[in-house]
Amino acid sequence: MLTNIISISLGAILINNFIFSQFLGCCPFLGCSSKVETATGMGLAVVFVMGLASAICWVIDQYLLVALHLEFLQTLAFILVIAALVQFVEMFLKKSVPSLYSALGIYLPLITTNCAVLGVVLLNVQNEYNFIESLVYGITGGLGFMLAIVLFASVRERTEFSDYPECFEGFPICLVSAGLLALAFMGFSGMQIF
Amino acid sequence: MNIKKQFKEGLITNNPVLVQLIGMCATMAITTTLFNGVGMGLSVLIILTCCNVVVSAIRKIIPNEIRLAIFVVIIAGFVTIVDLLLQAYIPALSDALGVFIPLIVVNCIIIGRAEAFCQKNTVGASFFDGIFQGLGYTLVLIVMCVFRELVGSGRFGGGLIDITNGFRITMDGTGAGIQIFPSDFGATIMTLPFGGFITLGLLIAIMQYALKKSAKKKEAQEMAEKEGEE
Repeated sequence: MLTNIISISLGAILINNFIFSQFLGCCPFLGCSSKVETATGMGLAVVFVMGLASAICWVIDQYLLVALHLEFLQTLAFILVIAALVQFVEMFLKKSVPSLYSALGIYLPLITTNCAVLGVVLLNVQNEYNFIESLVYGITGGLGFMLAIVLFASVRERTEFSDYPECFEGFPICLVSAGLLALAFMGFSGMQIF
Repeated sequence: MNIKKQFKEGLITNNPVLVQLIGMCATMAITTTLFNGVGMGLSVLIILTCCNVVVSAIRKIIPNEIRLAIFVVIIAGFVTIVDLLLQAYIPALSDALGVFIPLIVVNCIIIGRAEAFCQKNTVGASFFDGIFQGLGYTLVLIVMCVFRELVGSGRFGGGLIDITNGFRITMDGTGAGIQIFPSDFGATIMTLPFGGFITLGLLIAIMQYALKKSAKKKEAQEMAEKEGEE
C-alpha cells in the first residue's frame, strides 16, 4: 500500500507531470504564470480543488453512478460536481479566510475549466484507483502542477528582459521556454519505481 | 454577417488556436499522428456545431445568471454522445485519444464561442461559425501532426493512410502511413511533449509575423490612397 502510494506520488509529480508530459491544465499554466506570486496562489488553489474533487467524485462514481449503472453520465456528473465544488470553495473562503480569497481573485472560478481537474478525476476512473489512491493522485497531481507553474513563472520573469524576435512576443516565447522545461522534465522519464 | 467573412475569420484571421489562443491542451497533446489529429479535429467540429446551434436556438430563454451552467450541461451532453459513438464505431481512435475526448467539455473553444458568438447571433450564423471555427481548429491540428510526424519519424499520414495494397484510407488506425525517409533519421524528440510545445510556439510566431505584415501592408495602402486623394 505504502509503496503504491509513493509510486503514484512520484509519478504524478515528476515522471508523468500533468503539464510537461500529459498536457493537462495548459491554459491556466500559460495564463497565470507571469508572476511567481500569482503562480503560487493558482498552484495552491489547484492542489486544494484537485484533492477535494478526486475524493468527492470517487464517492459519487462508486456509490451513485456505478451502483445505478449510469457510467455513461460520468463526464456530465463530474463537471457538475467540480463546478459546484469550486463555487462552494469560493463561498467558504469568502466567509472564513477573506485574505486568501482576495489573493486568489479571479483564478478561483476559472479552476472549473481547468482540464487538469476534470482530467485527474477521469484518470482516477480509468486507472481504477481506490479511494486513498484517488485522493493521493489528486493531491500529488496538483503538487506537480504547482511545481511546474512556479518553475515556469520564474523562467518567464527572466524572458521578459531578454532579446528575441518581435514575432515571438507573447505566447510563442512562453511555449518555447515551456518546451525547454519539458525537455528537462523528460530526464525523469527514465526513472524506475520499485 | 456573410459566410465568406466567417470562413476567413475561422480559418485565418480569427483562428481559435493561433489567434484566439484557446484550446491548446489537446492541440499539443494529441498531434502525434495524422489519424489522431483528423479524428480530434472532426470530433470538436461536430460538437462545436451542435452546441452552437442549440445555444443560439435557446439564447432568448436562458436566464443570464446561470447561462454558463446551462452551456456546460449542453456541451457535456454532446461530448458524451460523441464519446460513446467513437467507443462503439471507431474504438482505435477512442483508445488513442483517451481522456482527451471527454476533456472536450472543458475545451475553451466551445464555451468561448457559445459565450462570444452564439448568444448574439441567429441559428444559421452560429451553425456556419461552428463549422468554420471547427475547420480552423482541424487545420491547425493537421499542420502540427504533419510537421511533427514528418520530422519525428519521417512518416506522413500515420494511422490514416495505407499504401501496401494501393492507396487506401483506413478508419481503424492501422495504416502505416507513407515513409518519406527512414525513421532512424527522424528526431524522435518531436513526437514527445517537447515537440508539441515547440511546434505550436513556432506556428503562433509565424501567424503573428504574417498578421503583422498584412496589417502593415494595409496601412501603407491606406496611406497611399489618402495621399492620392489629396
